[in-house]
Amino acid sequence: MWKLFKPSHKNLRFWQLLLLVLVLVVWHVATRNEQTAFFFGEPLKVAVRIWQWFTVGGGSLDVGFGDTTFFTLNFPAEIYSHLLITLTETVVAFVIGTALGLGIGLWLALSPLASAILDPYVKAANAMPRVILAPIFGMWFGLGIWSKVALAVTLVFFVVFFNVYQGVKEVSPVVLANARMLGANARQLLRTVYLPSATSWVFSSLHTSIGLAFVGAVVGEYLGSARGIGYLILQAEGSFDVNTVFAGIVVLTAFALVLDSAVGLIEKRLMKWQPKTGETEKL
Amino acid sequence: MTPALFLDDISCTFVSKDDRSQRYTAVANTTLAIAPGEFVSVVGPTGCGKSTLLNVGAGLLQPSTGSVKVFGSELKGINQRAGYMFQAEALMPWRSALQNVIAGLQYRGGDEKQAEELGQQWLARVGLKGFGDRYPHQLSGGMRKRVALAQTLVMDPDIILMDEPFSALDIQTRQLMENEVLELWNAKKKAVLFITHDLDEAIAMSDRVVVLSAGPATHPIGEFIIDLPRPRDVAEIRTHPRFVELHQQIWAVLRDEVLKGYQQQKTAA
Repeated sequence: MWKLFKPSHKNLRFWQLLLLVLVLVVWHVATRNEQTAFFFGEPLKVAVRIWQWFTVGGGSLDVGFGDTTFFTLNFPAEIYSHLLITLTETVVAFVIGTALGLGIGLWLALSPLASAILDPYVKAANAMPRVILAPIFGMWFGLGIWSKVALAVTLVFFVVFFNVYQGVKEVSPVVLANARMLGANARQLLRTVYLPSATSWVFSSLHTSIGLAFVGAVVGEYLGSARGIGYLILQAEGSFDVNTVFAGIVVLTAFALVLDSAVGLIEKRLMKWQPKTGETEKL
Repeated sequence: MTPALFLDDISCTFVSKDDRSQRYTAVANTTLAIAPGEFVSVVGPTGCGKSTLLNVGAGLLQPSTGSVKVFGSELKGINQRAGYMFQAEALMPWRSALQNVIAGLQYRGGDEKQAEELGQQWLARVGLKGFGDRYPHQLSGGMRKRVALAQTLVMDPDIILMDEPFSALDIQTRQLMENEVLELWNAKKKAVLFITHDLDEAIAMSDRVVVLSAGPATHPIGEFIIDLPRPRDVAEIRTHPRFVELHQQIWAVLRDEVLKGYQQQKTAA
């Protein structure tokens, strides 16, 4: 009997689930005490909160740019408009930050003089605790999504930038010399050698940066906004509603995982040339 | 006749980036001419600057003094008429074998379909028919070398530069590859500059063997015409009496340099 339940690679899922259930049960039992419940919330109430978010109430969202509204979206439940805002901020910041990091990373890696001149500023900008820029972005871009996008972009940019820079610097000199001997000009070298070589570094950074894009969006909302999951959490915190705060955390985590696995899927498609260890099949 | 590749009084001095006074002269006053269609091997002790010489011929490295002439005209930048087979792995790991072979054709521009057809032909010629979709990490070391060979030769270069291309292979694969290269060369008769530290390989393959001195300031110290009959089989030719005779003559010159180079490296370490 024990043999069946002994942890192994076959019943991995079972043990993972068991661990989750265990944590929830401990949480539930511990919060029978009212005082504990005040600080730690109650798992059942958190679940109910999430359920209500996705089923009860309603909401609408005006989609537009500046003062013009293109169209209005109507939602069947409360959370959708907030979720859509947060996800939009995250994805837009992720795309802009990655594109900027890739472009500027390539430029500085291939232009030693420019990189030498900008070096101290890049280091300073990276060392700066960039979350502190949020109030400034709030002043510049207002309380809408763009101040959050700007904050998240500053977080994403440096991760991608440093990885691309490193990736280009570590291109095999032999592969490079070979491509040059085969007649590649500067543009062809960039396209067929530098970029593919840097992509493996970029992808390892994308998993980090999708997480950071979320951090930027939610922290931005938390510091000042009228919509978004960060806003919901801030409101709940204001009324000591710990259950709702936890519900917000759970929803955010779930969607961060979804975005991360989307990056993983793209990576798998683009990086199929990379060797994997142990490709033999046991027959 | 104008030589295909003419290295005229080449010297190469490397300066340490951190300390300007640290200099190392790898190659000094070397003159080497390779006629069109000639197969020339350069042998020398390890670390004597053989690869430096080849990089100069390829245009990847500027000599400190002296000049390089390609079919009579001064070389500026990369040597466009040369194909280079590197000692280390030079295939792009993110491209399949076929895409690697036709990389040069794509750089040159022109019809993609035609390039792929030509690439397939060359893969078949080096015995890799049906392996076009594999990525380099899915191929064995010998197969990767054959892809590299096809990649270089598909460009139909007038000069072929080879830097110990088979040194990482086991002896059987190596002899197979050597015979393949000889066969391909026999059909097209290009100028070949072949760098190796293996004297057997040099004699078995070449028309002429140049012996380099130990570094620093490497220069040619002997030149031997290899008058063995062609076509040759690199495994069989080793028992030919003339092969043994040439081997003794060249080894007599090379041995002292090998010992000298070994002593220098020992004292440096």
